[in-house]
Amino acid sequence: MLETLLPILIFAALGVAVVGAWRRVRLWRQGRPSAVPLLKGLAALPRRYLVDLHHVVGRDKVISNTHVATAGGFVAAAVLMILVHGLDLGASEGWGGVLGWLLLAASACMFMGSLFVARRRRHPPARLSKGPWMRLPKSLMAFSLGVFLVTLPTVGILPAGFGSWVLALALAAVVGWGLAEMVVGMTWGGPMKHAFAGALHLAFHRRAERFGEGNRSTGLKALDLENEAASLGVETPADFTWNQLLGFDACVQCGRCEAVCPAFAAGQPLNPKKLIQDMVVGLAGGSDAGYAGSPYPGKPVGEHHGSPHGPIVGRGGKALVDAETLWSCTTCRACVEECPMMIEHVDAIVDMRRFLTLERGETPNKAPEVLDNLIATDNPGGFAPGARMHWAADLNLPLMADLQQVDVLLWLGDGAFDMRNQRTLRALVKVLRAAKVDFAVLGNEERDSGDVARRLGDEATFQSLARRNIATLAKYHFQHILTCDPHSFHVLGNEYGELGGDYRVYHHSTYIAELHDAGRLTFAPWKGGSVTYHDPCYLGRYNGEYEAPRRVLEALGITLNEMQRSGFRSRCCGGGGGAPITDIPGERRIPDMRMNDVKESGAGLVAVGCPQCTAMLEGVVDASAEVRDIAELVADALVAAPSEETAARHRPRAVEVA
Amino acid sequence: MQPEHQGVAVTVLVSVGRHPLTGRARRADQDARGLELALGLEERLPGSRINLLHAGPRCEESESALRGYLGMGAGTGLEHLTLLEQPEGADAIPALAEHLASATPQLVITGARAERGEGSGLLPYALAEHLGWPLVNGLAAVEKVEHGVATLLQALPRGQRRRLQVRLPAIVSVDGAAPAPRQSAFGPARRAQLEVTPLAAERDHELAEWAMAPARKRPKRLKIIKSASARDRFKAAAAKAEGGSGQVLEGVSSEQGADAILKLLREEGVLPR
Repeated sequence: MLETLLPILIFAALGVAVVGAWRRVRLWRQGRPSAVPLLKGLAALPRRYLVDLHHVVGRDKVISNTHVATAGGFVAAAVLMILVHGLDLGASEGWGGVLGWLLLAASACMFMGSLFVARRRRHPPARLSKGPWMRLPKSLMAFSLGVFLVTLPTVGILPAGFGSWVLALALAAVVGWGLAEMVVGMTWGGPMKHAFAGALHLAFHRRAERFGEGNRSTGLKALDLENEAASLGVETPADFTWNQLLGFDACVQCGRCEAVCPAFAAGQPLNPKKLIQDMVVGLAGGSDAGYAGSPYPGKPVGEHHGSPHGPIVGRGGKALVDAETLWSCTTCRACVEECPMMIEHVDAIVDMRRFLTLERGETPNKAPEVLDNLIATDNPGGFAPGARMHWAADLNLPLMADLQQVDVLLWLGDGAFDMRNQRTLRALVKVLRAAKVDFAVLGNEERDSGDVARRLGDEATFQSLARRNIATLAKYHFQHILTCDPHSFHVLGNEYGELGGDYRVYHHSTYIAELHDAGRLTFAPWKGGSVTYHDPCYLGRYNGEYEAPRRVLEALGITLNEMQRSGFRSRCCGGGGGAPITDIPGERRIPDMRMNDVKESGAGLVAVGCPQCTAMLEGVVDASAEVRDIAELVADALVAAPSEETAARHRPRAVEVA
Repeated sequence: MQPEHQGVAVTVLVSVGRHPLTGRARRADQDARGLELALGLEERLPGSRINLLHAGPRCEESESALRGYLGMGAGTGLEHLTLLEQPEGADAIPALAEHLASATPQLVITGARAERGEGSGLLPYALAEHLGWPLVNGLAAVEKVEHGVATLLQALPRGQRRRLQVRLPAIVSVDGAAPAPRQSAFGPARRAQLEVTPLAAERDHELAEWAMAPARKRPKRLKIIKSASARDRFKAAAAKAEGGSGQVLEGVSSEQGADAILKLLREEGVLPR
């Protein structure tokens, strides 16, 4: 009886799944075109899955092993089941018998994995979605156990006609349940959808260049402004490219993004996981009432709805997502870094912001003023462009216009107008002079890099600033650019390339580390208290520079008290993405939470490497730690290098100790 | 009775502004406030039509500044701007007056003074004179328009407001008291249409004779507070400007009025004694 039922069940499930797959593909293809090499992508899929994806999943060993057992067992069991029970190859002599035993092993492995999945689901952490996901361990068990049991007679452990037809029917029902969830649900939209959409998403990823050892792709993609008739940015879900839609559909709702999102933790109305799920709702059409995870803080689930060609952000009323959700993001990329499905949340948020800014003119709070300033004065504060060098009136900084050719072009950034950052800049100039670096500045020829304009969605202003900066830089000859602002660092290094400006850019921490390695800087021993280091998002996650600042601090003789969240898991200061300008209210402030992290580390001083971080962290009231830029720490510790003649005259002296 | 839901035809006169620090062309602040006022009116009075009108030369710089106004029209009916093309240095007033007389809008909104060129602030007055329409300056809000009569809120110094009624058509001018302009969106600004009408230019001969120099802030007379206590200094800073030496002339002939003004100007040293 089972011999007749099983092939029918298997091929019926496969048939229904193929229909579902076709429907799902049609949903994705509503999106805008995006050129990706299809065959090359499919060929790269195994490597992207086994190496890149598992590199992220492997950060949690238990879940990683659970997934390997369950998914590996399932894929093996599914293929073998088609051979053994679908095509009836198991009964034949020779290889057939081996296939049956292999199928038993695969389903047993999957069953072991499903036990761990079940354990995880007993007291699931808040970040995991509930709803249909709670039945997944049972479905996994049904499939693995059902397949295991129906295979026992095949390999001859049990006699072929064992049990009654009732037992056979019951077993077929269990296998049927398993097939429905595992095969049909994969394309019709159950929890297993992540396997189907996820595999294709990895193959057709919009940023193929991010895969591979040590590779990253973090620069925003330029918006084509040439076509004057085109609507700019993303208004409806169908305005995303098809592979972005596919990426949203791949979400496995693990909530790792939610756990690391600074805006979510601050009680601002953003949850990256919900945002991606809302995009899935939008691409299929309907309401978000079926969502079973944490909502946007302060926004109940079930009030929003959307359709593929309907607006994402309603004008005046509610649609799929509220505007303040999009403006809460600090673009810190913690979600992208953490996402095991390699979904690009920040790209999607900026795409939607572009529409709000460029088409609707609805950038909130102080942002329109900042954008107008950038257009009229080339700096966000609206300062006179001729005042850019006032801070350095006494420093006699060499100008590019006078020298034409130097080793290092020092890019000041808009921190040149900020009194706090001017201290950092002065410290950096002191360090460069101590190391006898051949450098010059652009002076009043420099403009804002366009970082804030771009994150606020004003691509037009960004490209205008970028093109003028590139034209200015093209006039001069230099080996590389040095900056103390990770935002400028990122934009100059990663985003100007698409517009025709390719530069070798250094963050000052990297450059100082290299100067020290080359023996051009000598430091006095550190006499201060305990120190921790805050990784700026645009230096760390955007550019992978975690080591150089730590090497500089080590060279200063500082032993770091690392915060719990440091390195690639560093928590944002709240200053990125124009978030301090759009200023969406929450229950807490992001910099307060970060200073609390500093306090928990026990450090009395937090070293930073970013003007935004400095401003945000110094703005914390009653802070337990002092905020100093790495350049300031280095400048304070500078001692003249012992030249040979002074070394000869050197003799021991009394040292004051108290 | 149903309230009258008839829209008004509004023409907003817009000029090419000048950023105070960099001198770059932009939408002029006061004119943008005027457009904001008109857009607010359109939201409240469905069926209203807004026309933008500019008289001046057409070049890349002025066009991008004028498109700044059109970018404020995202999601509204505002889609085009009428440009009366004139060479640099031509007198805008006859061109505007002629166009307004034939287009017959009910309400004309303009900024109080331009940010470049003469910037005398006389244009609304000259237009009102030409057209024979009433003029209200320093407008803060248009409260309602019913049966061809507009109820306006005029801004006076120190936050005071005066409610006025005026029969349309009328010219109103706005300054810093009007609502702040909304953001200008790049996409709609770029797509909007400029309707260019070339015009026989009338040269502004008086303007041609003037020497132009960058405006400088006029020196302010220092108010010296001789007081030791902080409370007195605060009171002095917060107090109304003293109008002690002022003089209200009522029921005097124009000669007497002119004499009084001349006398004051001589006393203040503005005119030679």
